[in-house]
Amino acid sequence: MSAPPAPPPQQHAADAPPAERTGPGLVRRVWASYAFRRIRQSVFVIWLVATITFLLMHFMPGDPIQIMAGRLNSSGMSHEQAVATATNIISYDPNANVWVQYLDFLKGLVTFDLGNSLTNPSKTVFEHVMEYLPWTLFAVGAGVALAIVIGLTVGMAAAYRRGSAFDHAMTSIGSFLTGVPNYILIAAVIVVGYTMLGVLPFLDMRGRITAGVEPGFNLVFFGDAIFHAILPIIAFAFTATGSFMLNMKAATTEVLTEDYVTVAQARGLKAGRISRGYVGRNAMLPIIPQIALQLGTLVGGSIVIEQILQYPGAGQMLMQAISNRDYPVVQAAVIILATSVVIASLIVDLFLVRVDPRIKTEGQEA
Amino acid sequence: MTTTLDAAIAKPRKQFGETFLGRLWTGLTRSSAGFAGTLLVLAIVLFSFVGPLLVDQDNPTDTTQIWTEPSAEHWLGTQYEGKDTFTILVNSGAQPIWVGTLAALMAVFIAVALGSIAGYFRGRVDAVLLQLTDVTVTIPQFLLMLAVVAFFEDIPPWGISIVVGSTMWAFLFRSIRAQVMSLKEREFVEAARLQNLGPARIVFREILPNMAGFIFVNFVISVNQAIYAIVGLYVLGLMPSGTPNWGLMIHQSWGQNFYLNPIALPFVVAPLIMIVLFTIGLVTMGRGLDQALNPRLRER
Repeated sequence: MSAPPAPPPQQHAADAPPAERTGPGLVRRVWASYAFRRIRQSVFVIWLVATITFLLMHFMPGDPIQIMAGRLNSSGMSHEQAVATATNIISYDPNANVWVQYLDFLKGLVTFDLGNSLTNPSKTVFEHVMEYLPWTLFAVGAGVALAIVIGLTVGMAAAYRRGSAFDHAMTSIGSFLTGVPNYILIAAVIVVGYTMLGVLPFLDMRGRITAGVEPGFNLVFFGDAIFHAILPIIAFAFTATGSFMLNMKAATTEVLTEDYVTVAQARGLKAGRISRGYVGRNAMLPIIPQIALQLGTLVGGSIVIEQILQYPGAGQMLMQAISNRDYPVVQAAVIILATSVVIASLIVDLFLVRVDPRIKTEGQEA
Repeated sequence: MTTTLDAAIAKPRKQFGETFLGRLWTGLTRSSAGFAGTLLVLAIVLFSFVGPLLVDQDNPTDTTQIWTEPSAEHWLGTQYEGKDTFTILVNSGAQPIWVGTLAALMAVFIAVALGSIAGYFRGRVDAVLLQLTDVTVTIPQFLLMLAVVAFFEDIPPWGISIVVGSTMWAFLFRSIRAQVMSLKEREFVEAARLQNLGPARIVFREILPNMAGFIFVNFVISVNQAIYAIVGLYVLGLMPSGTPNWGLMIHQSWGQNFYLNPIALPFVVAPLIMIVLFTIGLVTMGRGLDQALNPRLRER
């Protein structure tokens, strides 16, 4: 998934002028290749998000140093000391010219040094965020995986039984899941399951692991971690399942009318082989870009879901930082979460090109 | 939600059944589910905008009436300050709905403007706009909104509409552009071009009216997406808490652990139900319209 492979020169020798085969031509081809275009674009988006957070912090009403010093001050530090600490925490010199500050900030960004946390000054903000991020990524990843399995199977089954009661029921459920915000659905699950019926042990499910369980490479730990993550995973799966279901149904319906399916049937191939090798594989193609989109929405939405479920992932940490006015952490968390979304969708897109080479030329039509 | 690229394409200027309003009416009444969705949306809009005029707005804090059961006097009981829950609920819908609608209007407006320019003129402008969409789609919207709200604490609700609208348009842009590109090749547009009517007139009088149904369906879907973001920000408690609204009620229920308390159920559940009903209404309305206005989808 890293560097785009340069096309072997002899492959295009026939239609390319000889000059193309020399150094500059190769550089140009790599530069114009799909993978490299996507990588450039991803770097650009990460830079853009980082710059927006810098601008927001710079132009926010009030002086961030004074606000942070005010907080330290209220926790018993003298005013001068508080201002000095706050100044130290920010990775750039607050009295310097904006451009110098910005360059310092960019330098901090590439060296993973965006200052220290206000509430926990012994740690850099990157270390602080990284402590929480894996839990969120784990829950989001598991949720999306669950949604892919359920969504694709049910969507395809609905397309095969088009017009049946099963199809109508599943299409309604799919619209319901895509339409209603996932944090509302999971809130309803808790209220009904715990507060009303008392069947859901919600109070024990909060947090990452049960007190007393040692993190380690053993079944008890994994079982416990999954027990605590199950509600977030379900919450993340809600919207994505509905969306994959509806899209897979539409895509399968379309593929089923294709000539190659009829030909395969005429050749007497087994129904199972047709549905897997001919229908399923082609119907899946339009779903793959949806996965990247869902990942982006889910990581953003994780902030609300983790708050509702009291799950201490990156989202809850970000909310904590916002209410503590720990601006360096807020900034780093936004940048890191955005980066993880951008990288995930980059991987999905590069994978998609392998499966469906038609995409390579899509952006280039002019 | 997917909408097939070819939307309602009718020959311009026909009897009522063929006009946009006519088709909108058919679309809303053709399927019973779509009609029910429309009624649901209308009911909640009326409840939230006309309701506040009909209920007694005097709702004082009353410490002797905390968490009372639903009764004839207090239909949904009272909340943690002894205020009437039903009155709060009636007043809570207007803000999310208008903020969401404004955001969706903005997203649709930008998408239509840029989409028609890109689809009609193609060439360099098109390439640049496509690049811009690619970038905008990749930016995690909710995170960006959260960052804006975190740093600018006193952002007004319409400010949120702008932030939501200016990130949401990109999802619509491609389909609008594809529509314009396909309509541009139709005979009636070619006829208009031969009469030398000028691009502005062709786009506004010939192309856009013919995709009005498609645009409207996407507007309905966008309202739903905007509601997701806006209610989410209120649930997190990041927005000014002056006006009562559904998200704020959920924020209070969760922030003070009322949701674990059976006695508080009416206050906790009421906003959840309102949001579920409103979003389901929007989705079924959108699907019903889509099927009726979208000839290719209708066959399925």
